[in-house]
Amino acid sequence: MMETDTITAISTPIGEGAIAIVRLSGPEAISIAATIFTGKNLHEVESHTIHYGKIIDPESEEVADEVMVSVMRAPKTFTREDVVEINCHGGMVAVNRVLQIVLDQGARIAEPGEFTKRAFLNGRIDLSQAEAVMDLIRAKTDKAMNVALKQMDGRLSSLIQRLRQDLLETVAHVEVNIDYPEYDDVEEMSHEMMRKKTKEVHEEIQKLLSVAKQGKILREGLATAIIGRPNVGKSSLMNTLVQENKAIVTDIPGTTRDIIEEYVNVKGVPLRLVDTAGIRETEDIVEKIGVERSRKVLKESDLILLVLNYNEPLSDEDRNLFEAVKGLEYIVIVNKTDLEQKLNMDEVRELAGEKPVIATSLVREEGVEQLEEAIRNIFFAGEIESGDLTYVSNVRHIQLLKKAAKALEDAMEAIELGMPLDVIQIDVTRTWEFLGEIIGDTASDALIDQLFSQFCLGK
Amino acid sequence: MTYNAGQYDVIVIGAGHAGVEAGVAAARMGAKTLMLTLNLDTIAYMPCNPSIGGPAKGIVVREVDALGGVMAKVIDKTYIQMRMLNTRKGPAVQALRAQADKALYSNEMKKVIENEENLTIRQAMVEKLIVEDGVCKGVITETHAAYYGKAVIITTGTYLRGKILMGDLEYESGPNNQRPSINLSKNLEELGIQLVRFKTGTPPRVKSQTIDYSKTEIQPGDEEARAFSYETTEFITDQIPCWLTYTNETTHQVINDNLGLSAMYSGMKRGTGPRYCPSIEDKIVRFHDKPRHQIFLEPEGRNTEEVYVQGLSTSLPESVQHEMIKSIPGLENAEIMRPGYAIEYDAVVPTQLWPSLELKKISGLFTAGQINGTSGYEEAAGQGIMAGINAARKVQGKEPIILDRSQAYIGVLIDDLVTKGTNEPYRLLTSRAEYRLLLRHDNADLRLTEIGYEVGLINEERYRRFTEKKHLIEEEKRRLNKIVIKPTEEVQQMLNEAGASPLKEAIKVYDLLKRPELGYADIEKIIEKNDALTDEVKEQVEIQVKYEGYIKKAKEQVERMLKMEDKKIPEDIDYDAIPGLATEAREKLKKIRPLSVGQASRISGVNPADISILLVYIEQGNIARTAN
Repeated sequence: MMETDTITAISTPIGEGAIAIVRLSGPEAISIAATIFTGKNLHEVESHTIHYGKIIDPESEEVADEVMVSVMRAPKTFTREDVVEINCHGGMVAVNRVLQIVLDQGARIAEPGEFTKRAFLNGRIDLSQAEAVMDLIRAKTDKAMNVALKQMDGRLSSLIQRLRQDLLETVAHVEVNIDYPEYDDVEEMSHEMMRKKTKEVHEEIQKLLSVAKQGKILREGLATAIIGRPNVGKSSLMNTLVQENKAIVTDIPGTTRDIIEEYVNVKGVPLRLVDTAGIRETEDIVEKIGVERSRKVLKESDLILLVLNYNEPLSDEDRNLFEAVKGLEYIVIVNKTDLEQKLNMDEVRELAGEKPVIATSLVREEGVEQLEEAIRNIFFAGEIESGDLTYVSNVRHIQLLKKAAKALEDAMEAIELGMPLDVIQIDVTRTWEFLGEIIGDTASDALIDQLFSQFCLGK
Repeated sequence: MTYNAGQYDVIVIGAGHAGVEAGVAAARMGAKTLMLTLNLDTIAYMPCNPSIGGPAKGIVVREVDALGGVMAKVIDKTYIQMRMLNTRKGPAVQALRAQADKALYSNEMKKVIENEENLTIRQAMVEKLIVEDGVCKGVITETHAAYYGKAVIITTGTYLRGKILMGDLEYESGPNNQRPSINLSKNLEELGIQLVRFKTGTPPRVKSQTIDYSKTEIQPGDEEARAFSYETTEFITDQIPCWLTYTNETTHQVINDNLGLSAMYSGMKRGTGPRYCPSIEDKIVRFHDKPRHQIFLEPEGRNTEEVYVQGLSTSLPESVQHEMIKSIPGLENAEIMRPGYAIEYDAVVPTQLWPSLELKKISGLFTAGQINGTSGYEEAAGQGIMAGINAARKVQGKEPIILDRSQAYIGVLIDDLVTKGTNEPYRLLTSRAEYRLLLRHDNADLRLTEIGYEVGLINEERYRRFTEKKHLIEEEKRRLNKIVIKPTEEVQQMLNEAGASPLKEAIKVYDLLKRPELGYADIEKIIEKNDALTDEVKEQVEIQVKYEGYIKKAKEQVERMLKMEDKKIPEDIDYDAIPGLATEAREKLKKIRPLSVGQASRISGVNPADISILLVYIEQGNIARTAN
């Protein structure tokens, strides 16, 4: 558990400074970084060197951030283990995402003060500093606990508690069958019952995880791209959205690029209008880089606003755009309705299928309300209440939820294989434990208590 | 005035299920051993249910056997019925349970004790321990005999300040009207040992001839011959069934009407009873909407009419017990031969013990069994053999043997007791073991025979057979890994018969055996037979192959656990000198004095930050030592 695995954490103060660092320490530090980094092969670079590249999420193949990665090999490091530091430029959002990816690759989130503790245990810090280390662990733990408590939404903890109780009752049911085989009060737990229960809880966890993604979107903003041929009104659309909604303009200078992101809040939905610089220059990305590659860029957007000109017939370029956004979340905006209609609206509707088509005249400020309504509807479609969106934001929580989901999947697989219930139950219990870690409840006697309160057992 | 009654290496007080294992183990390890019991007629007596084994408990009996203990062999000679439980579940939770012939069991155990070299047994009431400068040097009996010993093991069960309760009747007594041990309890308190008051109970016994069995359901033993001990070769085939009946609303009405008369419900402050074996009045109160409760009728032996009414443990007055019994189908005319009762007793707070079962406060003094707050004959036997081994090793100047949680249920039991303590009589449950898949009935020998041999309780002959078995298992696994079979007609037919899907391509037999529907017996039909293999070996191969993935996962967890177990905490550590420990953690650590960081991490109230601080502090000490 200790000193053998690879730990990670954001090592810069949260919310301070434009650059944030994700630090990894341990035997797998370099190989984890190498799997998610495009650029030089980190296995081969010299120690104590820094390299430019991108962090890619191996699951979605999306670029998480442009980064500088420094590689420091043991023993000449702070912890005397292999250490990798990923310098992120994209602000807290990107840093969190990078951290999440690192965790997905098998690193463990560091306990408070654990880097320092490792440094000490590996002989890096001398004796006189030991007491300081202990103070640090205590102070950091208390602080971390306060932060964690604050981050924990009351609804999250009660939901987790409900899921745990569900699992606990299931496990207790299996246990009572084992420890009291002759006890006839309950039906013998069957694979079918187990399948149903694990599926239910798994769905709930998945829902939480997808809400977690929404929660991320809420904080980060919905990455929104505006596309269209030159001169269809992309800049006007952007300006309209910005003016209407009192944009927060952030200027985050990175060392390798300058991007300006506009954050706007449309009816409660935060939009992050990305790559706006490009759009302002009225360069069409599809035109510039081709359908295939633009699709990849567009895939990173959560929402695409495809703008057409009411005053011109549909061109091949327009059709290419429709091709490029196929399967993605988009809204078609037919602008310039103040001018003469030359666009075949039937054809547009056919191409758009079920996606909304909004007619606007941005110069006359017509149709803007309908557009905002459409954006809102897309985002709040489904059962997610806007209030729920802050549910899960803590990286540690998300990581534990993922582990819980994975353990349940193992259990579900074992059910399909027809493994005995007492074996399946091992993974169900693990799920229960992971969920317990989220709310800080790891009391191991809970099962025994449950057993005796749920069932009437005796001699 | 006392007289010198002799000098021994190990003295065992008590000859119950813990005492006999402790005495025999110590004697067989070469220690000159004395056992003192209140009554020579009640050696290894079963004051409560006439059965040995069950889930988790049955596995403990196997473990005791693998270590070289006696319980398994004696029950194998004296059972009236044997069943394997949970046969439709996985191998990790299967366990044996025997219905015992109480009298035969006790007699047989007496023979074992009497015929053991190095072992002296005597009837005596111990009243006082001889303790000098924190070291236990012997015992004094009520007849003023002073026995001197290098180690003393107390296994007094529920006798310490025992008190029987039935309705408004209460009197000082050990179980079944044996003499209680009053002065020893007082002496322990004087020596600064913290005691706690627990209670347990037993149901009435009824006369078999007065039971109408036609109104009950038969519960026969297994047809297949079974045994607890790995060494048993002769099996009892003539088995006696148990019977099942139920309480009903009339029974519950009787109980509710008389609840105020129950010794346990009359408002007096009483010892803590176990939740897992509540009295019938507890069950009616706590689960009032349950329309009926199971009642098992268990014969107490071959040569007695007494039948144990399992499920009806009670401290209600005798008159109410008669009414209760009459309301139950099959027992309408049953005669109660002995009424049920509750018993209160003193137990030692087990967190005062090292994991070796030696008291921290008094060197050379060990406690084992129900005195440590456990319940059950098997839990007692498991502690007994460990106390015996460790007392003998102490005399020999050797380090104690401590089983960890991945090695044995006995390890789980003792670790729970000494690390977490217990606030009710502790019963082993499979759910207490986090590595349950490793702690199986079938592999108790593979886990523990080596240790039994090392300490000197397993003889050369048995050890040779054991290594041979181990070798055969490994060889066969290797062989199965080499045999590749093709989807021939013969193979498909076998799969079809076993209800498995047909083979699409060639596969190693080893991997084929992983299919849930297939057992070794199926596989054997399509490969060359290996005549050297016993059924035990085949079973072992099947389990090891079939659950390989899970076993591997469990072993990885064990390795992580053991890393923390290997981080030893110096015995002279001063927790007050460690800055940063939370107050609760500091108090707990001072009290429990864990031997390793792993043990420390299992103490409730000691959180990960405290463990980190502890690690840093220990490491600091190590650095200082290296520097010096």
